[in-house]
Amino acid sequence: MPSQLVDQYFRADKLPQIWCPGCGHGIITRAITVAIEQLGLDPDKVCVVSGIGCSSRAPGYLDFNTLHTTHGRALAFATGIKLANPELKVIVIMGDGDATAIGGNHFIHTCRRNIDLTAIIFNNNIYGMTGGQYSPLTPKFDKGTTAPYGNIDRTFDICDLAAAAGATYVGRGTSYHANVVTSLVKKGIMNEGFSLIEAISGCPTYYGRKNKKGGPVDMMQWQKDNAVTVTAAEKMTPEQLEGKFLIGEFKNKPEPEYTKEYQNIINNLQGRDV
Amino acid sequence: MSKKIRLMQGNEACVEGAIAAGMKFYAGYPITPSTEIAELSAEKLPKIGGKFIQMEDEIAGMAAAIGASLTGLKSMTATSGPGFSLKQENIGYAAITEIPVVIVDVQRAGPSTGQPTSPSQGDMMQAKWGTHGDHPVIALCPSSVKETFDLTIRSFNLAEKYRMPVLLMMDEVIGHMREKVEIPDASDIEIIDRKRPTCSKEEYLPYKPEANLVPLMADFGAGYRYHVTGLVHDETGFPSNSTEIANDLVRRLVDKIEVNKEDIISWEEENTEDADIIIFAYGCVARAAKTAIKLLREKGIKVGLFRPITIWPFPEERLIELSKKTKMIIAPEMNLGQMVLEVERLCNKHTKIERLNKVNGEIIYPEEIIAKIEGVL
Repeated sequence: MPSQLVDQYFRADKLPQIWCPGCGHGIITRAITVAIEQLGLDPDKVCVVSGIGCSSRAPGYLDFNTLHTTHGRALAFATGIKLANPELKVIVIMGDGDATAIGGNHFIHTCRRNIDLTAIIFNNNIYGMTGGQYSPLTPKFDKGTTAPYGNIDRTFDICDLAAAAGATYVGRGTSYHANVVTSLVKKGIMNEGFSLIEAISGCPTYYGRKNKKGGPVDMMQWQKDNAVTVTAAEKMTPEQLEGKFLIGEFKNKPEPEYTKEYQNIINNLQGRDV
Repeated sequence: MSKKIRLMQGNEACVEGAIAAGMKFYAGYPITPSTEIAELSAEKLPKIGGKFIQMEDEIAGMAAAIGASLTGLKSMTATSGPGFSLKQENIGYAAITEIPVVIVDVQRAGPSTGQPTSPSQGDMMQAKWGTHGDHPVIALCPSSVKETFDLTIRSFNLAEKYRMPVLLMMDEVIGHMREKVEIPDASDIEIIDRKRPTCSKEEYLPYKPEANLVPLMADFGAGYRYHVTGLVHDETGFPSNSTEIANDLVRRLVDKIEVNKEDIISWEEENTEDADIIIFAYGCVARAAKTAIKLLREKGIKVGLFRPITIWPFPEERLIELSKKTKMIIAPEMNLGQMVLEVERLCNKHTKIERLNKVNGEIIYPEEIIAKIEGVL
């Protein structure tokens, strides 16, 4: 029930949010709160950290311990919080440019460190807050205000990048497949280690308009038509998968978690000193 | 009162002071000549249940230290030269969000990579203006190993008391020099902790200032669920587009130091009572100045020392007072003239001001100060 969710987990007096009509971010934010509700987490022990950009405004609407940090740095702040107080469940919300361009170094190293954070990247393929510049997730040859003749950069695959860098739980959903996002966020929070969920969102205002992707409904339809679940993809040929993208759980490979490893050092030292 | 006497390096005294002050978290990145601070923190913190983390870069070190402080742990980071430049972004974040944290800058010669193992005082103005926008600054400057111990404790106390980043501006000489340090008994050390709210969760306003202009700070996880942002915010902590709120916030942040200046400002004087000439010096240069004063007084030249301990806020009033009864102020600095700008701004109506500057990576020797004074007499 949306209204019950709002009462329970949102700061209702801060709504409506600032996002444009048709933006996918509200759906993804809701999907995250559904995961928190289904897990029955204590709101006093939940901390939501973000960087800078459209997606990073999400924590302001959520009734937890919330921290809106600097551009790209959310994971570094979150790492300090988690290591200082491992009892907190720390969720990090970032945008595609925020996480993979200016925050790229923090991103790969947080994956490598396998600290127990759950990061959700709202990927709308563009810098929305600043008005539509191309990001590391803007598809090649698409346009942005800083790529008026088409973007010649190649894109990252956020999930491949996270898995290769050492994240122990990785998955992808979309604002159309909100239930998939909820399920991945739930499993990500339960994973003791660094979890990365890419949530594909739609930006009709900038990315959509610049690239003639139609309105919000067309962009949702595109997500519906082009997302293929990992299981369905197994039965498809490369030709059938051409132009499609995968959703679902890509990696679930637990490894020793950073704060627990550090606590072992403390315990060993204190045991030895006594 | 029991005392432990130890021979130690300035960087080591910094870590000992931090632990005495209650440091429980350190995040940083290796950089010469501050690295020993990270190494010793890595060794000592887990033994007392604290946490150390080497982050992927300087920016992350600053961010993690701030994040940890928000959960209630006293935290610190240390750096030098290029690292101090990289930390500026999040120093500004700590200033506007009012999160206590201590930043140590063991100054080395710049700009850029410069001379990594050579001392400098090139970051004194960066300490004040390094991050963008108007914001409060507290920066302390030790000139001995023992004072590094004391001022590290004071840095934590001021950070906690005024909810802000505090800068400890060391230099390579002070960081690497070894001296005798008398470590006082823990019971003889004054420790200040941030004031936490005791009101109900509903009543808590995270950015409503108390009488001293400092708001009460709840730990993340303690049950007061609130919002922290680097955007201009009102007393509730949420962003605001109001010009009035923006004006009030920035002025309160700066006034928080302005109205409490007397509590913060400190300096040292030596032989100023009868001095015709005052040497204005800080950090390792003040040590050379003390030797110069001794030698000059033996020759009958009445020279004294004014050494600011808090570089920011600057001990304005006392320096103006002294300048009115002195013939000259000499300001030797290991930069091309930074703090002398303050001296000139405040005192040039009252006395003559001479500069002595060195940027070759060498310390300033007493003989150079003596030659300068004899040259202008």
